[in-house]
Amino acid sequence: MKSSQSLLSVAIVAALSMLTAPAQADINVGVVVSATGPAASLGIPEKNTIALMPTSIGGEKVNYIVLDDASDTTTAVKNTRKLLTEDKVDVIIGSTITPNSLAMIDVVAEAETPMISMAASAKIVDAANPKVKWVFKTPQNDVQMSTAITEHMANAGAQNVAFIGFADAYGEGWFHEFSKIAEARKIKLVASERYNRSDTSVTGQVLKVMAAKPDAVLIAGAGTPAALPQKTLREKGYKGAIYQTHGVANNAFLKVCGKDCEGTFLPAGPVLVAKQLPDANPVKKSAMAYVQKYEAANGAGSVTTFGAHAWDAGLLLANAAPQALKKAKPGTKEFRAALRDALEGTRELAAAHGIFNMSASDHLGLDQRARVMVEVVKGDWKLIK
Amino acid sequence: MDLQIALLLAQDGIVNGAIYALLALALVLVFAVTRVIFIPQGEFVAYGALTLVALQAGRLPGTLWLMLALGAAVAALDGPAAWRLGRRRLAGLLGRQLVYPFVIAALTYGAAPQDWPMLLQVALALAIVVPLGPQIYRVAYQPIEEAPVLILLIVSVAVHLVLVGLGLLFFGAEGSRTPAFSEASFELGDLTISGQSLWVVGASLFLIVALYVFFERSLYGKALRATAINRAGARLMGISTTLAGKLSFLLAAVIGALSGILIAPITTVYYDTGFLIGLKGFVGAIVGGLASYPVAAAGALLVGLLESFSSFWASAFKEVIVFTLIIPVLVWRSLTTRHVEDDE
Repeated sequence: MKSSQSLLSVAIVAALSMLTAPAQADINVGVVVSATGPAASLGIPEKNTIALMPTSIGGEKVNYIVLDDASDTTTAVKNTRKLLTEDKVDVIIGSTITPNSLAMIDVVAEAETPMISMAASAKIVDAANPKVKWVFKTPQNDVQMSTAITEHMANAGAQNVAFIGFADAYGEGWFHEFSKIAEARKIKLVASERYNRSDTSVTGQVLKVMAAKPDAVLIAGAGTPAALPQKTLREKGYKGAIYQTHGVANNAFLKVCGKDCEGTFLPAGPVLVAKQLPDANPVKKSAMAYVQKYEAANGAGSVTTFGAHAWDAGLLLANAAPQALKKAKPGTKEFRAALRDALEGTRELAAAHGIFNMSASDHLGLDQRARVMVEVVKGDWKLIK
Repeated sequence: MDLQIALLLAQDGIVNGAIYALLALALVLVFAVTRVIFIPQGEFVAYGALTLVALQAGRLPGTLWLMLALGAAVAALDGPAAWRLGRRRLAGLLGRQLVYPFVIAALTYGAAPQDWPMLLQVALALAIVVPLGPQIYRVAYQPIEEAPVLILLIVSVAVHLVLVGLGLLFFGAEGSRTPAFSEASFELGDLTISGQSLWVVGASLFLIVALYVFFERSLYGKALRATAINRAGARLMGISTTLAGKLSFLLAAVIGALSGILIAPITTVYYDTGFLIGLKGFVGAIVGGLASYPVAAAGALLVGLLESFSSFWASAFKEVIVFTLIIPVLVWRSLTTRHVEDDE
């Protein structure tokens, strides 16, 4: 009786471990996205994009294990640990937002597993941090986008500029970059205001901005909440130019903002206006490939630039994994190290947001080809040539 | 800051304050009658607004399914008892919890509400969202209606989290707006007053007066007041505390959903917008000690004005300033009122 019992328990343990341990030699990709919580509008298209990624690379099956971090830093770290220790993933894609990605760096560096972040801050791949050896990211740095805005402002002859931004890391990050570059361009910052994503009214901030009589206003917000200051500015009779950041580049923003957004300028990844790019543009083909694939799965007009960051992470992986497969078997330490080296060696990879050229000191690898200036015309994005 | 800016800020503060005042009243009402601190109050704001958005876009709002599901749950919970009490009771229960939701669902599905006039759309949105109030009371609070305030509060947090999660599922992460009730605007000296802000203030005043009349003149209103003053006493007089609870949740749902519909043209409403608006209403209600309706309304108005002016002076610290208001209020209240250990 006793022996049969122990035999049974051994069998159960064996069966359970079969369930948890992934089949040998499959490439396991752990994905951490913010599909719920404040960053859900970014995380949901990213999650949808994961479903479109290749299911086999270099003849090996690829398993994607997607976990939601609810836009919460603690959960992101917990999920990362779970993916590393229980699912034994070879690479992590995530997370959606900067604070989560920053917190995950320590965890992946400790486990010596490469990670590709979909968050924007340049700090994530700051080469001064030795742990960043394991970390890559796909979205453009704020500084690249800021340069595009200030260049456009200077060309339009704006001298006094006001700033309204989120009272969080996004707004502060933009203020930091923008104020530095604006100063270099001799553009004077005459007002700087903050508001919250969840605010129902920004009348106070807008009145203060208008009292400073700026030639142009930059609104540093993400998604539909960025429409509120713009609507209030127009409602209170502001006639100058309004700039937005690439954080608003989705169709829900256009819908909420309506006619108040006509003539707004913003920098964005080329994927936003993929159809309008000239055929000679090296990004056009790869950007269109993503747009078509996403819209085929999720309906016309559903594509966003945020999902494209996830797509680019998938392209980086699909490009690097075959080289790593030549050196080692998936699931081993050697494979993860080889994958990291291959990611760092990415050259001239055409993706949805630009051309990636990684190096030891640059784990983003995007250049000026990764941004275009866009104007809102008749409720749609229009590329400024 | 010149006079014109001050007037604009005051106008903005009053419009927001009117909404906070409504929510503060609902919170005071629910707390007084049932001792529940109704954190999910804000969710009704978001549900009301977003249900209207969905109806106008010709989509089926997710709240419709929630109402159907909760109706079935309530029918299952109350069915056996109603069966024992007789056929009329059972017919009433089934009519309210099964037939009514299906009629509304059929109407929404079949009658293309996107082509209706605005007023009928608003009525349909209310008809979908408002029954959720008593249904939530039946499912979440009625089984523990004699529990201590702390347990009721914990349940409130749970209900809030469930409703926010469902909100994301139903309406998605992006915000929406509805067209204004009226595009009219009036010039008053330097000041432009939009028709919508008049709607908000007018509707708030109307609701406040209506609530006053309800509590002073109607039998149900008096029953609610009696329950609020003395639960056991009211019970001895033959007033059902369960009915009082459901009624107060019904009123809270009406107020919440209507507030949402009123602000949807002014601001972008998200699935989670309601929480913060409800929280500001709560600050107002705290000023009134969760007991006094006029002081709560005045407190909410104060919150609206404070918010408006602090967003001008120190926009980065606006929320800090608004929520710090609660500290001096609590200090003042604990110094001036005699604390009675009446609960537990």
